Amino acid sequence: MLENTQDTRVVKMGAWSAGPGCHGGCGVKVFLKDGKLLKVEGDEDHPYFQGRLCPRVLALTQYIYHPDRLTYPLKRVGQRGEGKWQRISWDEAFDTCEQRMREIRDKHGAESMVFGQGTGRDAGGYIIFLAYAYGSPNWTLFGLSGISCFTPRLAAMHSVMGDITFPDAAQFSPQRYEDPEWVAPKVLLSWARNLQGSQCTDHYFSGHWAVDMMKRGTKLIVVDPVCSWEASRAEVWLQIRPGTDGALALAMLNVIINENLYDKDFVDKWTHGFDKLKDRVQEYPPEKAADITWVPAEKIVRAARLYATSKPAAMRFGQPLDSNAEATSTIQALNCLWAITGNIDVPGGNVICRPPFGVTVYPYSTEEVIQLYGEEFVANLTAKRIGADRYPLVKNFRAWALSDLVLEQMETGKPYPIKGLWCQTNNFMGNTAQDPRRHYEAVRKLEFNVVVDTFMTPTAQAVADIVLPAGTFPEKDSVFTTGVPLNAIQKVITVGECKSDWEINFEMAKRLNPDAVPWKNVRELFTHRLKPSGFTFEELCERPWALAPKNHPSGSAPYRRHEKGQLRPDGKPGFRTPTGKIELYCTTYEKYGLDPLPYHREPFESPTSTPDIWKEYPLILITGRRHGAFFHSEHRQIPWLREIAPDPTVELHPDTAKSLGIIDGEWVWIEGVRGKVKRKAKLTPIIHRQMAHALHGWWLPETDGTAPNFYGIWDLNVNQLIPMGQQSTSGFGGAPTKTTLCKIYRVGP
Amino acid sequence: MERKGLMIHYEYCTGCHSCEVACKQEHNYPVGRGGIHLNEIIVELPDKTLRIDYLPFPTQHCNLCASRTMRGEQPACVKHCQAAIMFYGSLAELAKLMEQRPRSVLFVPR
Repeated sequence: MLENTQDTRVVKMGAWSAGPGCHGGCGVKVFLKDGKLLKVEGDEDHPYFQGRLCPRVLALTQYIYHPDRLTYPLKRVGQRGEGKWQRISWDEAFDTCEQRMREIRDKHGAESMVFGQGTGRDAGGYIIFLAYAYGSPNWTLFGLSGISCFTPRLAAMHSVMGDITFPDAAQFSPQRYEDPEWVAPKVLLSWARNLQGSQCTDHYFSGHWAVDMMKRGTKLIVVDPVCSWEASRAEVWLQIRPGTDGALALAMLNVIINENLYDKDFVDKWTHGFDKLKDRVQEYPPEKAADITWVPAEKIVRAARLYATSKPAAMRFGQPLDSNAEATSTIQALNCLWAITGNIDVPGGNVICRPPFGVTVYPYSTEEVIQLYGEEFVANLTAKRIGADRYPLVKNFRAWALSDLVLEQMETGKPYPIKGLWCQTNNFMGNTAQDPRRHYEAVRKLEFNVVVDTFMTPTAQAVADIVLPAGTFPEKDSVFTTGVPLNAIQKVITVGECKSDWEINFEMAKRLNPDAVPWKNVRELFTHRLKPSGFTFEELCERPWALAPKNHPSGSAPYRRHEKGQLRPDGKPGFRTPTGKIELYCTTYEKYGLDPLPYHREPFESPTSTPDIWKEYPLILITGRRHGAFFHSEHRQIPWLREIAPDPTVELHPDTAKSLGIIDGEWVWIEGVRGKVKRKAKLTPIIHRQMAHALHGWWLPETDGTAPNFYGIWDLNVNQLIPMGQQSTSGFGGAPTKTTLCKIYRVGP
Repeated sequence: MERKGLMIHYEYCTGCHSCEVACKQEHNYPVGRGGIHLNEIIVELPDKTLRIDYLPFPTQHCNLCASRTMRGEQPACVKHCQAAIMFYGSLAELAKLMEQRPRSVLFVPR
């Protein structure tokens, strides 16, 4: 029993990985005694989640003090994969990294070193910081085909309307639902969003806010191939075939436009290319979309009418859209839905979301990359950035090197060789990468690899030369800027010799390019970054959160900013696009040689695009659906969390299982064209009879970590069935993680 | 002292497991033990659609967070419930809350 005695100190801060994983946002109280973390509770005074917390934060003590935590730097002393490690000092670790990375830079150029992040933690901020200080343009989400997580949505929304949106849950107001300007959406269209998996923080929205809205009268329309909890409570549930979201959105646009249910005033005043969109959607009548999506036409019509006639209506949309074959086109179609219904930046609609006060530490847009590093510097780096020459959208949005081409270039050495990988917050062998075997073969041949993480992972075991131990969020100073509110995170404990990711990269950057690091320590760096807010890092820690006031010059508080001239750099009314309007017909896409209007393309492998494969592999394999107890491949070693989902499963409908002679709990093979993995069958009626669902990111930390087992990934990692190289025409999106075809059969005799 | 209970408005329970882990953290329970246990109930309706419900059940180990409530705090599960559908209070208070919350259940663990 934990008592709040006098010698217990309570510190409030934001919670942002490492620890829970996730994309930050909530406020916590950490209870400390004698330099140790006793427990974590929600901060009831914090506007984001009012003291509520997810299981992963609540299990933080088990994460932080886990006996398997990496607590000091290691160097490899055997062959890669042999599992022979030697403890070294930070000095030796930094010296080695500096020396090897200088050698690579001197001999081959800085671009020969790739800086790969995963997701979660405040990853992008410190990785781009180190990459750019070193001089490499090749900052990437290593392994994830088409950078198919959020970036396609960001790129599409920025192209179409110059900003991004989330459903309005009064998240920009300290009063939240009591704010007199706010109203609950009449309808929340929950598109490719699984509340149970993404139950808490996701940038500017938290899953359970949907429940808050439901209690305030909001009705649900749910698009999900799985009968989720939300689907079972929806007014209309559209059980879509994975990968066909674009066709569904276009058919809904067809209904709304042809039945004159759109907002004519808004369309006239604030959109560009409506007539062209109207022509395009004639190609997608509901009956045709029904054949493509497996959703009955009358349900499509019902959903479209309900969405368009409910004002305001909000839309929440998730990662599976990024996995559509033409992801950026699909997301354009969704964007057209909230645009032509006038649900943009109005209370209870979709609100434009910009970093609080205009402060950024982790750039989510081109504007933010330039804000941090300057236009000229970024342009110079872009000349050698992998993928920038082939994909104009990749070249011009957010400065990623394109994952699929990074892998290709590691294999071919063309147009220049890749010699090293700095891999941080990324377990690509167990999680991030499609075709993990191909990534393993490519990375193990590089000259020098560093892995920075909190636990020894399959990736660290397989490819690292140096492993650096990273701290969890109460072990670091940081700032949360990729959602609201602006949160301070502060270092209050130390575990072993762990350093925060920021500290590690700050020190490395300083060694590799002192000119790029004019600050004495990370706190000074954050104070510099926080300038637009007017707070120093220490002042923010005291608060420890802040929301920009309404009409803040950064444009980071709603509503109707397009009417007030708060969105464009020139201060004129309108949106931050070339035409100043929401571009239903996207001139930016046109400039990049892409179709300026939304369209649907079949997944590369599907019942209709590959009927022969479908005959032999008659199930659609959905992967990557989130589980609330885990963040991707994290937390498998945390007892309280693993207890919730102890086994690597594949979920099947009981009727499907019966026809295959499979019983609940038995081991089965999931086999596709490219390979097979083992899972335990879990029978549940929430799965479509022609689909199967396997959670991604499974490895078994309790088993042998050395080659060839690598904690069981070759048995379990479902990404072995999924190829690289299927990125969308724009470059962003297209990782076919929801649409691979498979067959399933018993392992036993 | 007035008897206290735990009211759960299961209409909105999403099955997130926060109650279970909050309880484990508060009482430092090992794997296999906990003061509250989440149940999943899936029912097929006559029109072939599914109704999915979750219901946290206070076990023998639940003491209604006696030391927390003595300090005037909410039980750990109630405080951290992400759907905000768990309520602690006197039976009379809770019964009153239930009037406005169809599909709820009142537990009196002690």
